[in-house]
Amino acid sequence: MSDMNLTLKVWRQKNNQSKGSLETYKILASEHMSFLEMLDVLNEQLIQEKKEPLAFEHDCREWICGACSMVINGQPHGPQRGTTTCQLHMRQFKDGDTIVVEPFRAKAFPVIKDLVVDRSAFDRIIQSGGFISVNTGQAVDGNSIPIDKDTASAAFDAATCIGCGACVAACPNASAMLFTSAKVSHLNQLPQGKLEAKQRVLNMVSQMDEEGFGLCSNVTACEAECPKEISVENIARMNREYIGASLTSDKFV
Amino acid sequence: MGFEGKVPQGDLATKWVNYRGSMPLVAPNNKRRLDVIVVGTGLAGAAAAATLGELGYNVKCFTFHDSPRRAHSIAAQGGINAAKNYQNDGDSVYRLFYDTVKGGDYRSREANVHRLAEVSVEIIDQAVAQGVPFAREYGGLLANRSFGGVQVSRTFYARGQTGQQLLIGAYQALSRQISRGSVKMYNRHEMLDLVKIDGKARGIIARNLLTGELERHAAHCVILATGGYGNVFYLSTNAMGSNVSAGWRVVKRGAYFANPCYTQIHPTCIPQSGEYQSKLTLMSESLRNDGRVWVPKTKEDAIAIREGKKTGLDIPEEARDYYLERRYPAFGNLVPRDVASRAAKIACDEGNGIVPTGKGVFLDFSSAVQRYGKSQAFSKGLKNPDAKTITELGTKVVEEKYGNLFEMYEKITGENPYVMPMKIYPAVHYTMGGLWVDYHLETNIPGLFCLGEANFSDHGANRLGASALMQGLADGYFVIPYTVGTFLSKEIRTPKFDPDGPEFMQAEADVSNRLQNLLDIQGNQSVESFHRRLGKIMWEYCGMARNEEGLIKARKMIRELREEFYKDVFIPGTQEEFNSELEKAARVADFLELGELFAVDALDRKESCGGHFREEYQTEEGEARRRDDEYAYVAAWEWTDTDQDPTLHKEELEFKDIELKTRSYK
Ligand SMILES: Cc1cc2nc3c(=O)[nH]c(=O)nc-3n(C[C@H](O)[C@H](O)[C@H](O)COP(=O)(O)OP(=O)(O)OC[C@H]3O[C@@H](n4cnc5c(N)ncnc54)[C@H](O)[C@@H]3O)c2cc1C
Ligand code: SF4
Ligand code: FES
Repeated sequence: MSDMNLTLKVWRQKNNQSKGSLETYKILASEHMSFLEMLDVLNEQLIQEKKEPLAFEHDCREWICGACSMVINGQPHGPQRGTTTCQLHMRQFKDGDTIVVEPFRAKAFPVIKDLVVDRSAFDRIIQSGGFISVNTGQAVDGNSIPIDKDTASAAFDAATCIGCGACVAACPNASAMLFTSAKVSHLNQLPQGKLEAKQRVLNMVSQMDEEGFGLCSNVTACEAECPKEISVENIARMNREYIGASLTSDKFV
Repeated sequence: MGFEGKVPQGDLATKWVNYRGSMPLVAPNNKRRLDVIVVGTGLAGAAAAATLGELGYNVKCFTFHDSPRRAHSIAAQGGINAAKNYQNDGDSVYRLFYDTVKGGDYRSREANVHRLAEVSVEIIDQAVAQGVPFAREYGGLLANRSFGGVQVSRTFYARGQTGQQLLIGAYQALSRQISRGSVKMYNRHEMLDLVKIDGKARGIIARNLLTGELERHAAHCVILATGGYGNVFYLSTNAMGSNVSAGWRVVKRGAYFANPCYTQIHPTCIPQSGEYQSKLTLMSESLRNDGRVWVPKTKEDAIAIREGKKTGLDIPEEARDYYLERRYPAFGNLVPRDVASRAAKIACDEGNGIVPTGKGVFLDFSSAVQRYGKSQAFSKGLKNPDAKTITELGTKVVEEKYGNLFEMYEKITGENPYVMPMKIYPAVHYTMGGLWVDYHLETNIPGLFCLGEANFSDHGANRLGASALMQGLADGYFVIPYTVGTFLSKEIRTPKFDPDGPEFMQAEADVSNRLQNLLDIQGNQSVESFHRRLGKIMWEYCGMARNEEGLIKARKMIRELREEFYKDVFIPGTQEEFNSELEKAARVADFLELGELFAVDALDRKESCGGHFREEYQTEEGEARRRDDEYAYVAAWEWTDTDQDPTLHKEELEFKDIELKTRSYK
């Protein structure tokens, strides 16, 4: 097993009110560790020194829950494509490297502490229309709604979004278009989701704006940093649906 | 003392239908006046909160996560069972019921399992209506696969992300109710105690994890859907935050904990690589459909591989021991999880493990690659294809089937599994035990219900693959909305409870003192280090094989560790702030008690069944020996005081519709 000596420059911020700064730490890691295991080691070290450990979010450590969220050397989730921070392993770095770790930054994602930010704006976007209105028990037999494989698969590609927010952190405008369009694409492509399609896109876009996310200027950094490689084609599809819905909708919300 | 599960009378097949048709109802205007607390937003909790909100109850829902969508259910990979019989291969409600009872080694309650099989079909319909993108055939209909060694194809799946897609469906249904105001959602809130008034569950104390503030929430009843306790082993496939505290806190208030020792150890996980390891990653069971498990026949080869002098590729066919195929010719690599796990342990204990720690075996796809390659070449009409072409064609097929798993494996281990055989080892995955509940999913505390992995109810001593998602959603969407009505119909005249009443104030003070006591220890060791040590004790003595001596030792060691914890743990910061170490400390403190109860339960159960293997009780061939005459009961434990022995209450299990057999996979 090869060990690596690293210098970490990590964002420390006591709470939402205080000003944060980058602190420097030295750490001995192994190339087999995940990035978060390396941070675990840092925290053990800090606790041994009776200092406050670094706060960061994580849960599944399996690339699926979307909890882990940090900017590593300027890139959300770090250098490896299609990967969350928890799946990034130290063999992506070299002995002697300096690594800068910061929180996801966006007006709509206020910092709570250190690397922990508040992403509840995403929940509110879903609450504004990211669902199909069907009560439990009202459903017809599953096979009475056949869906061709390609449509199902396209909806699926959009549905794999894990709600991590890397797209927002990657975007110079802190836009949430990739996240929002992924949900719109998932539901609006399916026959079950078509009935509410217009209202859904109008409501979700309006909520997104209300939360303070920026506008989209087609930089496409979101797609490049998205750990699930959600395509920017979803944004184009949502824009088309939005224009169509705005022209034909008789409801204003 | 015996007690009962309140199973309704009548035929097994019609009990549930009759129950639904005859239970007392709560009128819509009364529902609005009734408050319900749901703790947890995994499949079980999100489904329950959404459905109860739709019905018109006033729901308050809690999760310690920053969003309901992050619950551990999100990580489930393989699929969800349902007795739809879409494949026309002979499946039925009865067969799913039968397979589940048998798979659970005859340690579950028949009536609950039958109900589960009945409602399984409705789950799929519901999920499809919500927009869950299940896998489909070219004709547009839902696809199925066979999973976990059963003989029918009844597993519905969404690539390798079934849990994610089902949870998102439930999360969206929940979000809809939140937007309508029928559910009030409390993210980043951790339940730390239950409040009882006159013996009934009437509220909780929750800590706002952002501010540290303790909050008192009152309701007419409380529903826990707080997940499993596999993390008592420290290393498991569970999410890092999964914990037993909600369940354990109610045990401290008098609820019974059932069958804690029933643990499922999953055979195909990525082996541990070092001390720093924080969790283990599952490689889906579906891999065993094509992968062959083996170790070298000789210790010399195994040692050479461990030391990096040889690789799996250097070991010729005749020097490999495909031990599952050898020991279980009928089922081969597809034996149930418990059997496959134990066999891997035996192979490694004999010294033939193939990773540096000695704890790992190979899962090899080269035969599958050759088989698929040849069949592809044939269907493409290639005459005499060379070896390279066959391998390329076969690799493509394997990639199509398991691409994302192979990718994840490579990210974690840095090894390419298309070339080198995968290395795997069993890991703790699921806990069948949990809070004792009756047929209504109500605990022995009136008004306190428990759903999903957190209860003990449906899987007996061993859970079949793809049945946990089914149970969580069955409990949440289709069972609790009815059974909670039976309780609440008697409460329509009960006024709202005052969260400033004496019981609430007392419970809040208890929680605050408990947290402060932990903070005041100011010792020298981290919370994590205690958790890791607890995990080692559990794995060593309460893991894949257990015996009396080891279990007695484990109990003693856990007690000593607990004492040390209360003397020497170090938690920085205060109660009144965001404090992850304090959160963890409270959870580990509870694991340190649950761990002991686990050992006590495993000691009591002098038989081997499902996930519980007692070395003293095995056949001559080394297979599990069940003792139905004496142990066909649910062990429901009452934990009175940490210094006393817990009290055992037995619920005798009756099997009226199924004949008890010994499982055989030879
Ligand atoms: C890697 C992996 C793969 C799996 N694959 C499959 C599969 O293919 N098929 C299958 O059927 N099963 C599978 N399982 C099992 C299955 O995923 C789980 O058993 C199931 O999802 C549990 O759901 P749940 O709703 O009971 O609990 P969870 O999803 O664990 O949810 C628990 C909820 O409770 C909340 N909570 C807990 N304690 C508190 C507290 N004190 N205060 C506030 N909130 C609290 C949490 O925040 C969370 O919202 C898999 C499990 C793992 C680990
Ligand atoms: S679109 Fe991608 S980056 Fe954005 S939240 Fe979803 S998974 Fe994360
Ligand atoms: S911790 Fe769940 S995606 Fe990283």
